[in-house]
Amino acid sequence: MTLPNGKRKPEKLVAVGNGMAAGRLLEELLARSPGRYEIAVFGAEPRVNYNRIMLSPVLAGEKAFADIVIHDDAWYANNGVTLHKGKTVVAIDRAARTATTACGHVETYDKLVIATGSTPIAIPVHGVNLPGVVTFRDLDDVDAMLRQARQGGHAAVIGGGLLGLEAAAGLKANGMGVSVVHLMPTLMERQLDASAGYLLQKAIERRGIDVFTGANTQAILGESKVEGVKLDDGRTIDADMVVMAVGIRPNARLAKEAGLAVDRGVKVDDAMRTSDANIYAVGECVEHRGQCYGLVAPLFEMAKILAAQLSGEDSAAYHGSVASTKLKVTGIDLFSAGDFSESDENDEIVLRDPSRGVYKRIALRDNRIVGAVLYGDTEDGPWFLDLLKKNADIDAMRGTLIFGRAYQGGAPLDPMAAVAALPDDAEICGCNGVCKGTIVAAITAKGAASLEQVRAHTKASASCGQCATKVETLIAATLGNGYRASNRKPMCRCIDLTHEEVRGFILSKSLDSMPAVMQELGWKTSCGCPACRPALNYYLLCAWPGQYQDDAQSRFVNERVHANIQKDGTFSVVPRMWGGLTTPNELRAIADVAERFDIPTVKVTGGQRIDLLGVKKEDLPAIWADLGKAGLVSGHAYAKGVRTVKTCVGKEWCRFGTQNSTSLGVQLERLLCGSWTPAKVKLAVSGCPRNCAEATVKDIGVICVDSGFDIHIAGAAGLRVRATDLLGHVDTERETLECVAAVLQLYREEAAYLDRLYKWVEKTGLERVRRIIMEDRAARQALYQRFLVSQRAVRKDPWAERAAGFGLQEFSPLAIVMPIAAE
Amino acid sequence: MTCLSPNWFDIGPLYQIPRRGARTVKTARRDIAVFRTASDEVFALENRCPHRGGPLSEGIVHGRKVACPLHNWIIDLDSGLATGADEGCARRFPVKIEQGRVYLEMGMAVTP
Ligand code: SRM
Ligand SMILES: Cc1cc2nc3c(=O)[nH]c(=O)nc-3n(C[C@H](O)[C@H](O)[C@H](O)COP(=O)(O)OP(=O)(O)OC[C@H]3O[C@@H](n4cnc5c(N)ncnc54)[C@H](O)[C@@H]3O)c2cc1C
Ligand code: SF4
Ligand code: FES
Repeated sequence: MTLPNGKRKPEKLVAVGNGMAAGRLLEELLARSPGRYEIAVFGAEPRVNYNRIMLSPVLAGEKAFADIVIHDDAWYANNGVTLHKGKTVVAIDRAARTATTACGHVETYDKLVIATGSTPIAIPVHGVNLPGVVTFRDLDDVDAMLRQARQGGHAAVIGGGLLGLEAAAGLKANGMGVSVVHLMPTLMERQLDASAGYLLQKAIERRGIDVFTGANTQAILGESKVEGVKLDDGRTIDADMVVMAVGIRPNARLAKEAGLAVDRGVKVDDAMRTSDANIYAVGECVEHRGQCYGLVAPLFEMAKILAAQLSGEDSAAYHGSVASTKLKVTGIDLFSAGDFSESDENDEIVLRDPSRGVYKRIALRDNRIVGAVLYGDTEDGPWFLDLLKKNADIDAMRGTLIFGRAYQGGAPLDPMAAVAALPDDAEICGCNGVCKGTIVAAITAKGAASLEQVRAHTKASASCGQCATKVETLIAATLGNGYRASNRKPMCRCIDLTHEEVRGFILSKSLDSMPAVMQELGWKTSCGCPACRPALNYYLLCAWPGQYQDDAQSRFVNERVHANIQKDGTFSVVPRMWGGLTTPNELRAIADVAERFDIPTVKVTGGQRIDLLGVKKEDLPAIWADLGKAGLVSGHAYAKGVRTVKTCVGKEWCRFGTQNSTSLGVQLERLLCGSWTPAKVKLAVSGCPRNCAEATVKDIGVICVDSGFDIHIAGAAGLRVRATDLLGHVDTERETLECVAAVLQLYREEAAYLDRLYKWVEKTGLERVRRIIMEDRAARQALYQRFLVSQRAVRKDPWAERAAGFGLQEFSPLAIVMPIAAE
Repeated sequence: MTCLSPNWFDIGPLYQIPRRGARTVKTARRDIAVFRTASDEVFALENRCPHRGGPLSEGIVHGRKVACPLHNWIIDLDSGLATGADEGCARRFPVKIEQGRVYLEMGMAVTP
């Protein structure tokens, strides 16, 4: 439209929402095409435009509202923008091109911009509407929280994401007691992996904030106001205030009611245009190419494109953004960007520095950074983000990439030369502060020639063990040809420590979860491998009975589904027959099951029981239920655990029998069954030295004699045939049970995963085992007690649990998609 | 909406697949293993190991790989290729997550 004086009459631009996206859009637009539009802005909040992300420091008392204002009243006046504070637009009439506010004000437009942001999600639990339940989105929310904080008391923050943690830290800084209740096992799981989440949780807890993970809120308690939170596992948390910070939802209601295309958010094309050519949208309310954003960087990029479009640059296009996050809690350094998901071993670089609490992980695809997580040292975050956005080829600096920008440019050294080149005061062992010079002196002056000797003299590598490889390199560099590398065998390619060292650290450092172990001991991969994960799961289970939560996904299929996988993908089912005894009733149940489920093969095993082979996975729970009715329980034929106790008929029937070997076998099996062990454990009890139960080729064997019981250990008859060694003689059945359980416990606590009992005995020495079990009564009894405690934690029949419905989804397909016959 | 295009089948919510685990989808033509990694990516492969047909869905998932439960071949979830010295490939199928639900492209899944 052209005015009489030749100038174009400005078009009318109306913005709905005066948040961060609208604010940035105005700035960009005024800079590009001043005077092109007559602009009116409607904001539901009764105030000028401010920096929402700085509400966290305002809550924490580090900033005042005045510090975070972006555009004050004078700015609007100077730029000729009409700001309608506290006016909510409730309807858009697209035909008439008008926007109407709740108070009845009608504004016409040529171009309309929807910038309504998002709304906090409130989980629909009982009590969610009680006074004292607040969200964290605008200044009014912050004021409400500060009012409560002045009265003291306890706050429960539901949601352990960015917002929830910033709220928690802020409230704590105001002197409240604070608990964070988070549904997932690790904090900020959308931005962080388990390792960084673990470090974050520790840092949050160090501030005196309680963290409940894996915690599902069932209800908010209270009659007339909030009194607490109830979790679905029965725990309750007393609270005077509940902060809901579980997530946000694009605020697209207005757009939807106006008939615009809306899915999760207001749908826009690359020009930021909605399904109506005169209406644009920008900010968190937008859905672009199926993606919604909850951070400011993408909004700023959108605002720039929209400003260009509104200035007539039709070619300006938004292509989506790579998001990066930083947690704004003073003293916690954390950065995450892009897609940091699990990737191929070759495609990730992990650096852990346990002594400094640093964790860095870079995900690579085709030599390009696709994601990064940094914890503890985030200085290089922007640099990584830049490389990521530029899609830069990093092949040339791959070796030093993780050390950051400062390290680029130097030529890589081989490890030996690198250690040799270090100055004498370079720190080798961070935990114990041991320098290179001290270690070299121990080698040259004190004659230390192995890792163990250096450790004894200097304490280097005695704490977290991270530097063991470096110390060995240093010994090799110092001694030259005189050094023979020790035959330490690292657990797997994820870690330089041996099985035994890892077990030691789990106890000495009280590491009680897999992320804790991986972080504190410096795992080189983010989630381990099929070799170390089952081992760690076992070590943790053994170290913290009843406390550690078993990780089914770190178990081999047989242990996960309590049956042995066969070559065709079917399974075998072996019920326990205590000491090889059975009854007509049990046999009938087995026969019935075999018929009902069409089980192709029924076989007597070498372990004195019956194997049902060729069972379909889906049938397992039903079969277990049927067997359970006859009293049959899992035989653990699938487990790194106690398998069978074979017996012979013994004194009850046999003319040579000296003791009741059958009954002793049954007692042993009942005492030991269900126990997880480093490798499978088989036992046998023979009634006399003729040894019909083959007790001398078992992990633990008992041979009955006239005067009592000979206890044998460390036999095997598999890949290697090894006759047992005699551990000692006892007089009574009671002592036999105690000694056997004590040996088993010692083996459980010390052996490397997958070492059969004989391997462990050969490593640790038979004499040592004999001394502990047969000569040191107190030690034996302590072992026995610890065994009983561990048994209390596992003593349930896994089959019965499954038949009763536990984790049944394991046994059924996720979906069945079959063609439906046409009518 | 792409998820309603004829060949994307909604096979269920993501949380029904354990992290670092898998579930199967049975189709008339074949069983498909749908894997979920620790960081909530999903991948779909035919549930047959290229070695001797082992059910890959039963393997230990680590990073973007799975270890076959029968003889421990390590299969890359993204490409379906056996890693290391082993050679072979498990067939891949398009799969995606939208709003917490998993969609499998059935056009591919039912072709021979
Ligand atoms: C069923 C059975 C054979 C039979 O039909 O008799 C059997 C079957 C298997 N044995 Fe065995 N072993 C069976 C008794 C034995 C025995 C004899 C015994 O226990 O008295 C031995 C030699 C004794 C020993 O262990 O020292 C034996 C030594 C092995 C070995 C070699 C172990 C070793 O450390 O050298 C393996 C391989 C392994 O465990 O890694 C093995 C592994 C297997 C596996 C689990 C192979 C596998 O990983 O899938 C077979 C599973 C079949 C299934 O689904 O049931 N089986 N296996 C026997 C089950 C006994 C039971 O009731 O639980
Ligand atoms: C405490 C906190 C900390 C944050 N920290 C970070 C951070 O560290 N880094 C980061 O990148 N992001 C952070 N964010 C997110 C960031 O603030 C948002 O991404 C950003 O504010 C979104 O901008 P927006 O303009 O789309 O929405 P908003 O800023 O929410 O603005 C929308 C405005 O529209 C108004 N409105 C809604 N409907 C109507 C209507 N019908 N009529 C009139 N007005 C209406 C609302 O009242 C609101 O003022 C944080 C958010 C919060 C709450
Ligand atoms: S001897 Fe070999 S083939 Fe026979 S059951 Fe044992 S492992 Fe299988
Ligand atoms: S069938 Fe998979 S490794 Fe053999």
